[in-house]
This record gives sequence, C-alpha cells and structure tokens, in this order.
Amino acid sequence: MRVFEIAAFAVRGLTANKMRSGLTTLGILIGVASVILLIAVGNGASSAVQQSIAGLGTNILTISPQRAQPGTTAKPLTTADATALVGADSPDVKYASPVVSAQATAGYGDTTHDIGQFIGSDPRYFDTTNSSVAQGNLFSDNDVQQARKVVVIGSTVAAELFPGTDPVGKSMLVNNIPFTVVGVLAAKGSSGLQDADDMAVAPLTTAQNALTGYGSLTQIVVQARSADALPNAQAQVTTILNGRHKITDTADYRILSQDQLLTARTATTETFTVLLASVAAISLLVGGIGITNIMLVTVTERIREIGIRKAVGAPRSSILGQFLIEATLLSLFGGALGIAAGMIGSQFTIAGIQPVLVPSSVLLAFAVSALIGLFFGSYPASRAAKLRPIEALRHE
Amino acid sequence: MSPVIEVRDLRKTYGNGDTAVHALRGLDLTVEKGEYIAIMGASGSGKSTLLNILGCLDVPSGGRYLLDGIDTGEFDEEQLSLLRNRKIGFVFQSFNLVPRTTALANVELPLVYAGVRRAQRRERALAALDLVGLADRTHHRPNELSGGQQQRVAIARALVTSPAIVLADEPTGNLDTDSSREVLGILDRLNASGRTVVLITHEDEVAAHAMRTVRVVDGRVAGVLV
Repeated sequence: MRVFEIAAFAVRGLTANKMRSGLTTLGILIGVASVILLIAVGNGASSAVQQSIAGLGTNILTISPQRAQPGTTAKPLTTADATALVGADSPDVKYASPVVSAQATAGYGDTTHDIGQFIGSDPRYFDTTNSSVAQGNLFSDNDVQQARKVVVIGSTVAAELFPGTDPVGKSMLVNNIPFTVVGVLAAKGSSGLQDADDMAVAPLTTAQNALTGYGSLTQIVVQARSADALPNAQAQVTTILNGRHKITDTADYRILSQDQLLTARTATTETFTVLLASVAAISLLVGGIGITNIMLVTVTERIREIGIRKAVGAPRSSILGQFLIEATLLSLFGGALGIAAGMIGSQFTIAGIQPVLVPSSVLLAFAVSALIGLFFGSYPASRAAKLRPIEALRHE
Repeated sequence: MSPVIEVRDLRKTYGNGDTAVHALRGLDLTVEKGEYIAIMGASGSGKSTLLNILGCLDVPSGGRYLLDGIDTGEFDEEQLSLLRNRKIGFVFQSFNLVPRTTALANVELPLVYAGVRRAQRRERALAALDLVGLADRTHHRPNELSGGQQQRVAIARALVTSPAIVLADEPTGNLDTDSSREVLGILDRLNASGRTVVLITHEDEVAAHAMRTVRVVDGRVAGVLV
C-alpha cells in the first residue's frame, strides 16, 4: 500500500512538469527505437544474404584467387584452369564456369547507369546461379567463341535504361562499347547490401576484350554432379589446381562451398549488425545520461519539497523510492514508446533492406531502458534521500 | 509521569576549529505534558537551533534529549523519521506546504508515511482541516490560499497525526494581524484540548498566549517567566 502511494507521488512529480518529462522520454524513445530498428536492419541484411546464397544451390563450389604468401608469386586463375577442371581426373565435376567481373557504366540514348556488377562468363553460369530469362534469350557457346558483343541484363538495369520499352535487340553502350541486348533476366530481388538485379552478363571473351583484360579470373564456379558429390569434387579440384599451380604449401586460390560462403558472408553481416547495434547503444546511453541530468535538476529544484516530506516523517527509503520510480517511469515510458516506434519503423524498407525484427532485441531494449532508469536515477535519488531535513528545508 | 520534553546539557556546534560557532552551550529545558511554552530570544541566540533539535530535524552535538521518555540520541535517521512522523507536529514560519498539491493532500501527507489507509486518512485529514476552519478549502492548492490559510493548513498537517508535541517556529512571523490572531487562536484551542505546544516568537503579544516564556541567550536558558 505504501509503495502504491509513493508511486502516486512519483507520477504527480512527473506530470507536474510535462514538457520536461516529455523531452526526457523522447531521449530514451530515440535510443530504444534505434536499437530495435538498427538490429532489425542488420538482421534483415544478413537474412537477405543467406537467401541469396541459398539460391545458389547446394552443389556449387566457388574458386577465387588469393594473395600469395610472401616470397612466392601467385599464379592467376585462368580459363585454362577452368577447362582443366572438367575431365577424366575429376569425375564428380559436372562443369566449371570461368567468371570475370567488373564495374561498368552503361548508356542508352541520354540515360546512363552504373551497373553494380558486369560479369563475363559462359552460358552455364545462368544455370549455376539459378538465373532464368524473362525476355529474349541467353547467349550461346558460339557467342563466347566468337566474342560477340551481346549482353543479358538484370531487371534493374532494364528498368533504369529502358523504361517502358523492350530492351531486347537494342544496342547499349558499356564503357562506350556497343553491346546488343539479347535477353533480360527474371528479377531476383535485393540481396541485402547489394541489388542482385543490378547486373549484366556478357560472354567471357567479350568481357575480357572490352573490359577486364586477360588477367586472373575473378572466380571459377564449379558445379558438382550432385550435392553428395561435393566433397569429392572439391578434393579433385584441389588436386588438379595444386598440380597446375605447383602448390606444395599454401594455395594461391581459395575454394568455398556454399556452406562456407554462407558462413563467411554471415560473419560479415554480423559485424555490420554489431556495428549498428553499438551505434544505437550509444544513443541509448546518451538518453540515460539525459535522465540523470533531468533527475538531478528535479532533485535540486525540489530539495525544499524533500525537506518538507522528511519533516513530516518520510523515511529515507520512501524518498529514494519516489525518485527512483520517477526515473524508472520516465525510461519505461520512453522504452515502451521506443519499442512501438521501432516496430513501426521496421515495417518499412530501409536503404533497400527489409528489416527483420529480432524479438530478443525488443525484450533487451525494454529491459535495458528499465535498468537505465534505475541505474541513472539512483545517483540523484540517493542524493535526495541522504539530505538532512534541516539542510533541505533551508535550501532556497 | 515523565515530561514530554527533557533536555539536559544540550550542545550544538557548527563548523570546527577557529571558525566553530557554538549555537547551544549546555541548555537545559523540561516541558511537561499539556504545557504551552513560548521561547524568546534575540536572533542568533540559538532558539531556532533548539526547536529544530526538538523537532528531530537536526541532531545535537552533545547532551541528551528525551522525547516522551525516549532518548533520541540512540536513534538513527530511519528511527528519527519515524519519531518525526508519530510524535512531532512542526509548524514553520514559511508554511512549507508541498507546492502544486491540494490542501487535503498536504494534510494527508504525514498519514501516508504513517501507512494509514486511504479512507481513514481522508477522514482524519478532513477533520483536521475542519478544526482549523478550512473545511471549504480542501481542494485548493497553496498558491490559491492566503498566507493565513496556508499556515492553518500547515497546522492541520501538524496535528493530524495526534503528535505528542506541536512545535511552531515563529508561526505568525509572515502573517498580518488578523491572520496571526486566527492562528494563535487555533494554537490556544489545541493547548486547551490538552496538546503540548512549544513556539518560538519575537513578539510579547504572542508570548502572552503561553503559560510560560523561556528566554534563550547565547545558547543557554537565561530565565523563565511564569
């Protein structure tokens, strides 16, 4: 019963200065909302990355060049490497696609667009990446052999350069070199940090001619005969490449399976999430300091009132309780509003990412905001409680 | 029967060393139950310090203070707050009502800390306000009341817990003549109904209401006029 009365005093204290209570609440609100929202954004990004990697299929190995150890020279990954990977020595490898990629600027008419990824490969690349054509056709092996300037574009590129028209058959400029658009890929959607549809694929030879030159490949994408054959395929690929690159110690290439790729990418997005969360945590801390500040002002301003309460017999605990409850109510109220704001905010797509709410982050933010009230309120509250009645009463 | 207040060799020193100020220098005082005492003295004589110690708002540096037979020297802050709540009603010169809070809530305040139930609290607070003639001002806030009315609310708050003593520190110091008369009338009635009253005053007219006047000079009792 006494606790209830003291809580009532606290509520009356807060409502006596609504403007100030409101602004303090706002500080906590912003902190809690940004914690929830930024964690949701990070989580949304990593789940999008996971989905896009899962879309790759389970029988894929990706080989990429790796910087050489000091004292050795790294051999580049070449088309010949890719060709050598398919043969009698590697019965479990179905196919190996050489891949180069570059940044490129495409133009059509007066419009230009920076393509996120301009890829050069062979027709099997579409199969291994689960890409299907929406309009027109893919290019053929013959196109690769003849190094024809043809290109298959992603839906984002199509929308940017050819709004309202059919791109198939049109000629677009890639770094000022004319390419004929032969097909448009079906949309895959945003994959976390990058737009999977902001891309174009040309025959490997053409891309090397026009854009990347004949240096190392960016990747060799190996398709095993089945998911079960993946470990065998990886062993065979390793043997062949070690032989070709004369590796005895540390390899100058790296083979990642889809699982490993997933782990690597997830680790990246987790770092990203932690970064976002720590930024948000700082804003929560600032909100907490705001509470301390306001409570100190409140205590100083109401020292006389504290003196009066003590003079009529308020024990130390009830003064402490009153001011702690005031601080906690401020932060809990701010926390509740912040959770609401965070949940509403996470319904919208932010910077191309659909945030995914983490229930534990909501609980955490709420618990933290309650603790902030207790923690940051305890110093001003104990200062209020420790005042000697006569000193408090004499305070002007 | 033991006296309500028994003070022996009471000392209070502020600061220390050369700058120490001796507000009380071995003061003795006994107040019997039902007495009405006025304490007079020049400013700086230590009379306010004495009343603050009697009200357990301050602690003495030395000596003994027995309140209703209880030695307050052995009490910690928590027990002192209990004493203030149960045994003492304090009336201040500057009223000291909680701002932005109705007269009724102000009078209820000591009962809240005493843990009295809501319904009973309301009943007792209303009775106390009625006693000081403010039954029609229960829902006014301090800033809506005159000085005299505020002081009567403060007296209602002091007596609502039925304390052993009512202490008043120049209760009419901030009031005009009419309001002073009302306040003193209430204190007279309180004393007539058996409550012990100790008040500080500068004015002889106020002191005339008391049964006896204690004169404090330089932190000691200089003389008692009956």
